[in-house]
Amino acid sequence: MENSNLSQIRRECATTILGLYHRAHAGHIGPSLSCLEILIDLHFKRMRPEDVCILSKGHAAVGLYTVLAKSGRLDPQELDTYYKDGTRLAAHPPCSREIPAIPFGTGSLGHGLSLAAGIAFSQRYTGRSFQVYCVLSDGDCNEGSTWEAALFAGHHALTNLTVVVDANGLQGFGATCDVCGLEPLEEKWRSFGFEVQVAKHGNVFADLDAAHQAAACAAQKSNRPQCIIARTIKGHGVSYMENKMEWHYLPMSETQYQQAVQETEAHA
Amino acid sequence: MRKEFAAWMETYALENQDVIFLTGDLGFMALENVQAAMGTRFVNAGVSEQNMISLAAGMAQQGLKPFCYSIAPFIVFRPAEQIRLDVGLHNMNVKIVGNGGGYGYGIMGATHHALEDLAVLSSFPNLRCFVPYSNEDVKSVCQAMSAYAGSAYLRLGFGAAPVGVDAAQAYAPVRRLTAGHAVTVVGIGPVLLNALAACSALNLSADVFAISELPVSDWGTALAESAARTHKVLVVEEHVQRGGLGEHVAHWLLTRGVHVKWAHAFARGYPNQRYGSQAYHQQLSGLDAESLQAVLRELTHG
Repeated sequence: MENSNLSQIRRECATTILGLYHRAHAGHIGPSLSCLEILIDLHFKRMRPEDVCILSKGHAAVGLYTVLAKSGRLDPQELDTYYKDGTRLAAHPPCSREIPAIPFGTGSLGHGLSLAAGIAFSQRYTGRSFQVYCVLSDGDCNEGSTWEAALFAGHHALTNLTVVVDANGLQGFGATCDVCGLEPLEEKWRSFGFEVQVAKHGNVFADLDAAHQAAACAAQKSNRPQCIIARTIKGHGVSYMENKMEWHYLPMSETQYQQAVQETEAHA
Repeated sequence: MRKEFAAWMETYALENQDVIFLTGDLGFMALENVQAAMGTRFVNAGVSEQNMISLAAGMAQQGLKPFCYSIAPFIVFRPAEQIRLDVGLHNMNVKIVGNGGGYGYGIMGATHHALEDLAVLSSFPNLRCFVPYSNEDVKSVCQAMSAYAGSAYLRLGFGAAPVGVDAAQAYAPVRRLTAGHAVTVVGIGPVLLNALAACSALNLSADVFAISELPVSDWGTALAESAARTHKVLVVEEHVQRGGLGEHVAHWLLTRGVHVKWAHAFARGYPNQRYGSQAYHQQLSGLDAESLQAVLRELTHG
């Protein structure tokens, strides 16, 4: 799919996401906008029907729900139930196994990569062949279990596993560099046995695509799992949210919502 | 019980090619036969219990039947959230095997004991905890556990074969081991053998029940009828008082309207901050046969 088409999808998804958060008067807008391009790239461009995506940063659930709905993996009407009593679509992805595109509910950080590695590792025994993608946050990279899974994936050369780190530099209560610095992140993943590529502008489709292609190409030769470090912007596309930790939590006022929609629709 | 488990596992894995065995880097002098029989389906996941449990959940999602093995304290408490969320809440067909439940690892010390495992795991969604009471019981309990296509925990311990008990009895969550009229004794795991020995030493006519599953999936009627008849119940478990068998039995009897004279022998932790063999810790907690004799005397004659 052309990047211009992806940009149009991005605009539509972002508008939907803002509407869902606004109607619910809910937070976690920043994280959803941070990884929106990552999720669109995966679900519209990269993933084949048999491929699997685990969103380890479950707090970006609205981003995931929206992309699944826009890509035909979830009934778009169900989005209207988001955050309401009796919904399947809570603030974090469901654990009910009812939605095939969401094999695992997430929300507590540090689970996604192990789950993804387990699914990828299964292919040694089932003979199936598909790619498993796992989207991690900065916070995920604080968790010891993430690095246990990275050790396992590297050791077992899980070439069918691709990690995408939504590295926006912010986490729950501070900047990652102040809380528990992860740098040099590229070297860390490489030393764990991954084929690493950096998308310098992780909210730009062309950069994501180039990083994925380079990593996949290298992994074919090296038999390593892949890791894309996407240098993203939390709250991307909404000027007053960008790189602001508080937009991990805050809901929008009416005025803020109107401004966010305007900026999103004008977004290139 | 580890030897009996390994023997059962070897056969089961050969008959079921979708079984994958994961170990948290433990099993020396115990699982070599399983490793040899399973080949690449035997995976040492390293000392990373959190990863191992979620990994297994991912494998179960793909239709495989993973078993995760370590010693009981390591396989339960470190990855408790992974068990709760990725296995339990999703009701994944993952079997979690913990060796040395209770004070099983004796002089290894407190870090190696599992005294709260049943309280934790029996409270998790969809988790069924299976506990054999003797070496001879391991096979039937493993068969019952493997027949359940959901999330389960197997607590292995150390237990010799009890004298005068039908070891070939078919599995049930509640099984009568000996019939009697003076007192109802209910136990879980091999510590029940201490209670049997105590009854025998006292020449006591005891109605003795082994509970092999928490939460109990089917209580049957025999236990409540026995308690209503004897009006005296002793519960024995190598597990802390809270959240263990005692609370399950008490709740069951209360909901059936059965009121009894009650005694509960349970693990009391480390009352003197000293360590020793499993027998030493059982004695400190009043779980040894001699202490249980005193409890039974008090219960039946007091």
